Amino acid sequence: MKLGITFATAGRILRQLRHDRRTVALLVAVPTLLLTLLYFMYENAGPTFDRIALIMLGVFPFVTMFLVTSIAMLRERTTGTLERLLTTPLGKLDLLFGYGIAFGLAAAVQGAVAVGAAYWLLGLDTVGNTGLVVLIAVVNAILGVALGLFCSAFARTEFQAVQFLPVVVVPQLLLCGLFVPRGQMSGWLQAASDVMPLSYAVEALAQVGAHADPTTTMWRDLTIVASAVIIALILAAATLRRRTP
Amino acid sequence: MESAIEVRDLVVERGKRRVLHGISCAIPAGSVTGLLGPSGSGKTTLIRAIVGVQIVKSGTVTVLGRPAGTAALRRTVGYVTQAPSVYADLSVRENARYFASLYGLGAADADQAISDVGLADATGQLVGNLSDGQRSRASLACAMIGRPGLLVLDEPTVGQDPVLRADLWAKFHALADQGTTLLVSSHVMDEAGRCDRLLLLREGRLIGDDTPAVIRATAGTDDLEEAFLRLIREQEQAVPA
Repeated sequence: MKLGITFATAGRILRQLRHDRRTVALLVAVPTLLLTLLYFMYENAGPTFDRIALIMLGVFPFVTMFLVTSIAMLRERTTGTLERLLTTPLGKLDLLFGYGIAFGLAAAVQGAVAVGAAYWLLGLDTVGNTGLVVLIAVVNAILGVALGLFCSAFARTEFQAVQFLPVVVVPQLLLCGLFVPRGQMSGWLQAASDVMPLSYAVEALAQVGAHADPTTTMWRDLTIVASAVIIALILAAATLRRRTP
Repeated sequence: MESAIEVRDLVVERGKRRVLHGISCAIPAGSVTGLLGPSGSGKTTLIRAIVGVQIVKSGTVTVLGRPAGTAALRRTVGYVTQAPSVYADLSVRENARYFASLYGLGAADADQAISDVGLADATGQLVGNLSDGQRSRASLACAMIGRPGLLVLDEPTVGQDPVLRADLWAKFHALADQGTTLLVSSHVMDEAGRCDRLLLLREGRLIGDDTPAVIRATAGTDDLEEAFLRLIREQEQAVPA
């Protein structure tokens, strides 16, 4: 891995994104619009909006970055740019970290806009620090990037790649504690929930919602999510083959 | 003459099908070698084996003295795939600069490669908006950055305007004169005469490996297309199907 190449790759991916204005607009605006929708849905429900909006601030970047990355990486595979890149001095990790950095930055912008809108326009109220919410959102986005890079290896077409959303993302959403508290799930569902990284991200956000200072549980959860990122990146690296049949 | 590429008894299978049946050849350094054959003859597979991205069943491929695909070769081998492998959502300049950065080179080298392929007027355009011919030249430019010791080009002149095609061949020979080895595949026989040396491939077997002059003389015709045909017939008589 060479830092120069990693950052050149991240720059290239951001430049591609910049040429695609509509995607940028969707990335930045959609989470905020959905939060607004939630605000009116729970207009008279008080703390329910706070709880759900806070979780959503972590979920949106995860979902969008998973989708964007798996399609972007699939394109690298199908247009031959991946094969070409692997005949150059670029290392596999340069490419994977390039994606992580580029979409991580995009997620930071997306997260900052969504968090800003949630707190100042929609009156979201948390006991803990807003900066931590953005931090967790960015780590979640990078988790989405890492899983997207890995899953793109198993799709041959864009149609297939999109289908990985219900396979990889929706179960994590259902079991993360948003719909049913994890403590009330039956044993096997809890066990499934325990091995899903999004559960820890949601718990970390709940910690920020309830405590003024960052808690040990929050840092532990964030470490678990970051470890899941590393594992997914290693798995993704294993799917990048310089020699193919 | 020193060989830039040496292929020995190369056998490649894709799925259950044998694509290359024990190919052996040597490609001299500092020359333009044409790899010719109909589509489906195994040209791309041989090229992929030479750049080291093809899983081979048996045999060896040595490039610039090292086994094909060795990490050290990634700096010195430029590869242009048949379908232009550049980013459609970036401009020509952005593509070239990105590939330059992979070799530790700067904007000047990128711009030089762009003007070498005659795209100086289109540097700011998105690759996705270019014509097919321009797009494949953009892909070519990205491989020429940094003056690789070996340039492997899979059908680089398909869809090019005749004038540009002549320019590109002149460029290839200029590069060869400076010491670069070029391996250029084509399914168009009228390009064969432009090469210093020819490899004729058919159904995964090498049926000709010589200079165009010798191939013409052996076959007893000045027309290379006709010479190719005669070589095929000779081979079929030698090995009844």
